[in-house]
Amino acid sequence: MSNKKLHDLTTQVRRDILRMVHKVNSGHPGGSLGCAEFLVVLYTNIMNRKEGFDMNGFDEDLFFLSNGHISPVFYSVLAHSGYFPVEELNTFRLLDSRLQGHPTTHEGLPGIRIASGSLGQGLSVALGAAEAKKLNNDNSLIYTLHGDGELQEGQNWEAIMYASAKNIDNLIATIDLNGKQIDGATDDVLPMGSIKGKFEAFDWTVIEVENGNDIDSIIEGMASAKAAAGKGKPVCVLLKTMMGNGVDFMMHTHAWHGKAPNDAQLESALNQNPETLGDY
Amino acid sequence: MKTYTYTEKKDTRSGFGAGLAELGRTNPNVVALCADLIGSLKMNQFIDENPERFFQIGIAEANMMGIAAGLTIGGKIPFTGTFANFSTGRVYDQIRQSIAYSNKNVKICASHAGLTLGEDGATHQILEDIGLMKMLPGMVVINTCDYNQTKAATIAIADYDGPVYLRFGRPTVPVFMPEDQVFEIGKAIQLQEGSDVTIVATGHLVWEALEAAKVLHEKGISAEVINIHTIKPLDDKAILDSVAKTGCIVTAEEHNFLGGLGESVARVLALNNPTPQEFVATNDTFGESGTPAQLMDKYGLNSTAIIDKALKVIARK
Repeated sequence: MSNKKLHDLTTQVRRDILRMVHKVNSGHPGGSLGCAEFLVVLYTNIMNRKEGFDMNGFDEDLFFLSNGHISPVFYSVLAHSGYFPVEELNTFRLLDSRLQGHPTTHEGLPGIRIASGSLGQGLSVALGAAEAKKLNNDNSLIYTLHGDGELQEGQNWEAIMYASAKNIDNLIATIDLNGKQIDGATDDVLPMGSIKGKFEAFDWTVIEVENGNDIDSIIEGMASAKAAAGKGKPVCVLLKTMMGNGVDFMMHTHAWHGKAPNDAQLESALNQNPETLGDY
Repeated sequence: MKTYTYTEKKDTRSGFGAGLAELGRTNPNVVALCADLIGSLKMNQFIDENPERFFQIGIAEANMMGIAAGLTIGGKIPFTGTFANFSTGRVYDQIRQSIAYSNKNVKICASHAGLTLGEDGATHQILEDIGLMKMLPGMVVINTCDYNQTKAATIAIADYDGPVYLRFGRPTVPVFMPEDQVFEIGKAIQLQEGSDVTIVATGHLVWEALEAAKVLHEKGISAEVINIHTIKPLDDKAILDSVAKTGCIVTAEEHNFLGGLGESVARVLALNNPTPQEFVATNDTFGESGTPAQLMDKYGLNSTAIIDKALKVIARK
């Protein structure tokens, strides 16, 4: 997809996120906006995906969202990637919707392969899917996304240890380094020191993307990650992003982690992101 | 009265090991995972014959449950193996979100359940696992009684599409169920027909129930004994048909009375046919160190306890 189209799609995804959380006055816009460019690029330019949806995902790349609270961006990107009608975004968090507050397989929404929301579980699931691909002689890759605050969950470190010990080299795990979590800056809540140093100490290949909200940087970083796969080591992408990216009053603060904009705030936010592909 | 005898004693976990080995030969999608307890779970034969289909996870049960969930995405049928305590309480949220809520085809196979792992004490014993697992929507809960039934159940659950909790134990116990049985999930087995009292037992307590029925018979009391290997889904009909004849019931399990088989049975009775019931189960307590026999005696989980409760419940009719 051309750069212009990627930009247009990202802007539309931002509008979707804002409108989804505004309508139900709940949800997580901050992290969703921060990862809009990444998920757009991943689904349109990086992953080898097959038409339609099949839970087993044989012979195609798979993605697992571990930090399930950024479901608005995930749903929007899945819809624009053809997994379900874009109009269904209108049902986000409503009773009887397939678009639950956090992603789930329970309602049969195409594109979702595991429930996430309770943090720290996605990497283990991805390892299982990666092991299954190896058993099936399927050379496709497994992609994941995790919050940086999420790394405070201990299960991640069990999984990080396993991945290198067992040479899970068909896995590219991306960490959303936005430096923020619900209660404030990660450095204030529970400083984690060098996340890069920790992954390297666990013998992962680490690729850093300094501007994780820049489409070209993401494409370049993920190309490097792909090139590093299949060489005996798991690959980690440290993606430095801005929480609330694209909406001026949502940036440089953790306040919009789990808060929806009011009517006036929505109008301001949408004005900063003019309609590109048409609202649902 | 039917007579049940046995020629040998075996541990139920070896039945699991034998069933898993057979699945290794017959079902190429079956894979096994273990968290550093291969020997205790008797998984060696499967591993020797299918090294590429075995995943040693290390002492990291949370990761094991997640990896098992992920392996189903790709068509595998994962069997996880560790102690019952580490298979349930330690990893409840991983099972809840990644396996049960996600409806993944994972078989959680749990050895050393209940008090009978003995000397290791309460940190390793668990008397709450049936309750924890049966509360999870969609989870099947099975507690087998001897080597043959455990082997048959292990093989049967591979053909069932959905999450299963299979509970078995450490000590050697009489092998009395037929070797060639077909294990049917959710279908109780009547072992002894009777008219005065129903004894519904699961796991290691099934043999104790048969022993109790023998003694009761000598006292002129006719006890019906039901082997209820599946706690969820419960065979409501088998229970209701039996109490319609006997008018009272004793439930017997190696588990806390809170959350166990007994409570499930009580619910069925309360809804359909309120019937006097007595519980052979632990009484809201942790276990402790001791030999299996000492523990089962101290905590009232043997044929003597079943006889006492049977006499008590008959008097309440």
